[in-house]
Amino acid sequence: MHKVNLDLSLKDISKIEGSAGLDLKIEAGQVTQCHFKITEYKRFYTQAIRGKAAIAAPALLARICGTCSNAHIMAALEAVENALKITPSPQTMTLRRLIINGLIIRDHALHLYIFILPDLFNQDSLLDFDDQDPQQHQLLHDTFEVKESGNQLSILTGGRSVHAPLPQLSGFNKLPDSTKTKPVIAKLTAARPAVLRLIKLFHQCSWNLTRPIPYLATQNQDYNYLTGNIVSSDGVNIPPEQYRSQLKHIQLDYSQASAYTYKNTSYMVGALARLNLNKNSLNPTTQKDIPQTLKLFPSHNVYHNNLAQAIEILNAIDDSLAILKTTTFKPEPLLKPTQTSGEGFGIIEAPRGILYHHLTIDNQIIKDAEILVPTGQNQLNIESDIQLLVNQKLKNLPAQTSADLSEKLKQELEHDIEVLIRSYDPCMSCAAHFLKVKWS
Amino acid sequence: MTELFNQHWQAWIKHFDFKYAKIFRPVKTLGSMDVAFVEGAISSVEQATKLKQIRSLAKQLVAIGACAIIGQPAAQRNDFDPTRLQEIQPILEKFHYADKVQPLADLVTVDHQIPGCPMDEQKFLDYINQLIINFKNE
Repeated sequence: MHKVNLDLSLKDISKIEGSAGLDLKIEAGQVTQCHFKITEYKRFYTQAIRGKAAIAAPALLARICGTCSNAHIMAALEAVENALKITPSPQTMTLRRLIINGLIIRDHALHLYIFILPDLFNQDSLLDFDDQDPQQHQLLHDTFEVKESGNQLSILTGGRSVHAPLPQLSGFNKLPDSTKTKPVIAKLTAARPAVLRLIKLFHQCSWNLTRPIPYLATQNQDYNYLTGNIVSSDGVNIPPEQYRSQLKHIQLDYSQASAYTYKNTSYMVGALARLNLNKNSLNPTTQKDIPQTLKLFPSHNVYHNNLAQAIEILNAIDDSLAILKTTTFKPEPLLKPTQTSGEGFGIIEAPRGILYHHLTIDNQIIKDAEILVPTGQNQLNIESDIQLLVNQKLKNLPAQTSADLSEKLKQELEHDIEVLIRSYDPCMSCAAHFLKVKWS
Repeated sequence: MTELFNQHWQAWIKHFDFKYAKIFRPVKTLGSMDVAFVEGAISSVEQATKLKQIRSLAKQLVAIGACAIIGQPAAQRNDFDPTRLQEIQPILEKFHYADKVQPLADLVTVDHQIPGCPMDEQKFLDYINQLIINFKNE
């Protein structure tokens, strides 16, 4: 048996959102230390938000992340409304749903096309794709067509694809311009065949790393990202206000982000968790068009997070088309809060998984805040999967492998670890906000 | 900026070589560049060192967005009261944060700014179009 010893350090992993690194220690052919380090600097939002007007919380907390800003707006709106006992109208919820659908399309497409496709085609970058190769030429065009369709949907409904200015407490400043609905329907319809190609590509992808773990996601009847209790793959149903108490906060002295366990083990949130728990509530058109692909779920293969994201793009398109083709939006007055103080919970599904905003409001001023983001929740699971991946690879090395791995083997290992991390689609900007931490 | 690629990538890849964009490809070591676009405020000595390195390698440096130009909202900790400062102090020390968050212009010469959060798209496009004209004239 080989006895590989290696200290491996990755800095500034590319093709992810924000900054992260990895320190890995291998002794006698086994991983003895695996530290996935979120190295993004904190901006201390949960401290800074204290003393600010509750009505301003969604716009302020959106600045936690440029990429996921609209998800933070939705979670903060829900938390403030929950605290002040405001019930948004069905029309408001429909418009918010369209904003999130736009985010899902744009954000998943960015991840799958720009971050993951180069791994699938053994290229450094999507920009290196060969425009003369018919498949790569098509994928290059698909990339920007699909992303743009999501952007335009968010602009139509939210006023902007990031930091949407139109959604407010209980309603919207402005309704979608009905003359611009048809062009958005046309863009979404045109993007649909590209998404089916993307699903086929990831269905055929042979990457596999399987480990049974708990999956957590919100659940509702129509795969919307805004409502419902949290459910887990072990059959537990958790109301929003009890979610935090089900998790244990873990301090990692090498990472700027907080980590969490569920029932004393790592767990996963995100597209794979959602599809594992909710595939029967996908849009009927989505279900009809990809029956064979959906049979792969529930899945414990972490790389199926990519496939699940591709399916969610299709679902977001089908759901949005169904709404836009049948709905006329009418002006509604904004609702006034029935109280000025309270405690509120906003739990939604951001593209990368469960996003939790807990706000305490006193006389319309934020007194306290706690925010849990998906990447923080996935952090320990990422480490466990890296450990499994590396140990499997070391086990499969020829017995005569020298203790000091060759440069080629090291590069292969680094590459495979990065592909695994990218499959989680981590977002470091979100992960490095702030939670109360005491370092010993 | 990545989202502007949706409508402009075919035109831009004819004119620009995107050399050190970590979102597109691995970056091992930085080399010389015509234009460096820098987002974000400076929170640590390490970041300040990297910014100065980028400045030394770039003919032009462009600050993108509110964080880079005025430091906010990243710099909100600069004005924290003693209670909040005490709460975050262990993290500032453990991860070697700078005493204050700074905008880029406090540390290096900034040749151009694209303001806003998110940045003003039209101002960015105007700047890019001017760059293309300038490159053609060189």
